[in-house]
Amino acid sequence: MNYTNLFRIALKALSNNKMRAFLTMLGIIIGVGSVITMIALGQGTQKSIQKEISDMGSNIIMIHPGGDMKGGVRRDPSEMQTLKMKNYEALKSECMYLSGISPYATASGQLVCGNNNYPSSVTGTGTEYIDIRQLVVADGSMFTEADIKTSAKVCVIGKTIVDNLFPDGSDPIGKVIRFNQVPLKVIGVLEEKGYNSMGMDQDDIVLAPYTTVMKRMLAVTHFNGIFASAISEDMTEYATDEIRTILRREHRLKDGEEDDFMIRTQQELSDMMNTTMNLLTTLLACIAGISLLVGGIGIMNIMYVSVTERTREIGLRMSVGARGIDILAQFLIEAVLISVTGGIIGILLGASACLAVKYLAHWPVYIQIWSVVLSFAVCTLTGIFFGWYPARKAANLDPIDALRYE
Amino acid sequence: MSNKVIELQNIRRDFTVGEETVHALRGVSFTITEGEFVTIMGTSGSGKSTLLNILGCLDTPTSGEYLLDGIPVRSMSKSQRAILRNRKIGFVFQNYNLLAKTTATENVELPLMYNPEIGASERRRRAEEALDAVGLGDRKEHKSNQMSGGQMQRVAIARALVNNPAVILADEATGNLDTRTSYEILMLFQKLHSEGRTIIFVTHNPDIAAYSSRNIRLRDGHIIEDVVNTDIKSAEETYITLPKDEDD
Repeated sequence: MNYTNLFRIALKALSNNKMRAFLTMLGIIIGVGSVITMIALGQGTQKSIQKEISDMGSNIIMIHPGGDMKGGVRRDPSEMQTLKMKNYEALKSECMYLSGISPYATASGQLVCGNNNYPSSVTGTGTEYIDIRQLVVADGSMFTEADIKTSAKVCVIGKTIVDNLFPDGSDPIGKVIRFNQVPLKVIGVLEEKGYNSMGMDQDDIVLAPYTTVMKRMLAVTHFNGIFASAISEDMTEYATDEIRTILRREHRLKDGEEDDFMIRTQQELSDMMNTTMNLLTTLLACIAGISLLVGGIGIMNIMYVSVTERTREIGLRMSVGARGIDILAQFLIEAVLISVTGGIIGILLGASACLAVKYLAHWPVYIQIWSVVLSFAVCTLTGIFFGWYPARKAANLDPIDALRYE
Repeated sequence: MSNKVIELQNIRRDFTVGEETVHALRGVSFTITEGEFVTIMGTSGSGKSTLLNILGCLDTPTSGEYLLDGIPVRSMSKSQRAILRNRKIGFVFQNYNLLAKTTATENVELPLMYNPEIGASERRRRAEEALDAVGLGDRKEHKSNQMSGGQMQRVAIARALVNNPAVILADEATGNLDTRTSYEILMLFQKLHSEGRTIIFVTHNPDIAAYSSRNIRLRDGHIIEDVVNTDIKSAEETYITLPKDEDD
């Protein structure tokens, strides 16, 4: 059969009922538009969280004491004093997969400068810490190995600390702040990082040599933890295995004995976040998919009414030589035209909604090509699926009865 | 010797309604040759609608054979009959059956839309020729709802002509029209007859018989009369004698 003619016939029938065709399309338009917008929003949120995690350093490895048991009682990891200087040195000299390593010890208390004060904590670290955490010194400089050796009373502070201790806007470099009676000279200010995805202020930070924190503030010989970074994100697993092997040897753990430390990577965090976000995206897509289904049922409903209403027309077409298959094709083409046109409008509408959200609300939005392709395919299938039954009904009409239909 | 356009051989058509079997046609045989203008008359229940459906290949007989232009129809499938209707038959209905919101030309083009052998320009040309032939050359782009009953029936006749059919089947084609318009349509049918078209006009109105070349009368599924009309009245002459509408 001549499909151009059938296409022309279907187009003509639709243009005779523009308002109805448009209203039918509306279901599909809203369905497809929301599928695309929802998926773009979900993906946008996921991307921005991924970016935050990699901003924190996606190759970070955190080693904490833990997992120790004494007489069946599990102990608070912070009481455990298993991570010592010699462990750090062993890791530093032996690990091949690490690009940086730094001890980590924190002391919390009140920061005082003149008549301003602020509750915070001082983080004792090595010099490589800022590279591991991807921090940047905006003003002044980071402390040096020499400062660590001498337990120098120096510190590098974040933006939140600057704002609270120097509200008048004076330059903090060279000023002395006191922390729990220990005077620290400010030698650097870190670049602003803002809040992370878990709502933690990443600028509320005071870095000092770990020796200073351990000796002068805490008077301990163990670390709270060790921060390290793998050469690259893919190497995180190798580095983790390497660290485990070295630490087990250093801690003289026998085979079968549990680790007395914990190794955490951002990989786990980012996996967890991805799982959550994928769930969210799926949920949004499901809701949108349901509206697409409702749109499809709308098409079926209208096509049904249309077949009944146009029974005489179908009879006439049959009497002038349309075969059942021609009638079937005509109604199927009408249904697919409605759904595909609706789909195209929906895609355009969804894309503009995404852009509007991006530029007006400044939400992160990523239009996924696969979601466009998917919703377009679903549209066509919806048209065929929901158009089939009414079209079949039309094709099976008896021309004699159809011509007499009142 | 003229060609046999239609040949019916002992056609029977039974319908089953519930438990009962209704015999709509009880053995009908006749032959129509090219160029005849036949009226088939009968009261309701005489079987003329059933006969029309069979002649129009919309229905098939229970027994007997029907040859349309030499082609046996009874053993054909639905699709084959659709194609046969498309090429060999032109229908004119009582209620015109034009497509709504569609121009005269597009309505006339309809049968050709289902014929893949005819291209768009050829279709257009033939539709316009058919409209000229029924005297609607100046109303080609009028939509069906902008026309009078007589004009709509002319469009329907043009549509029946456009595929150059072997036979034109008219089903009470003047039934919805007033007397003057009816005679105008009859004049058109007589004109087509004079041009050599084969026309079968099914009606219950006995007046029309006088204007055709042959009359077949049905009753209870049998042919009770089949006469050739030697004294064909001119519809045009009758038309002139009709009192004119005051509106004209």
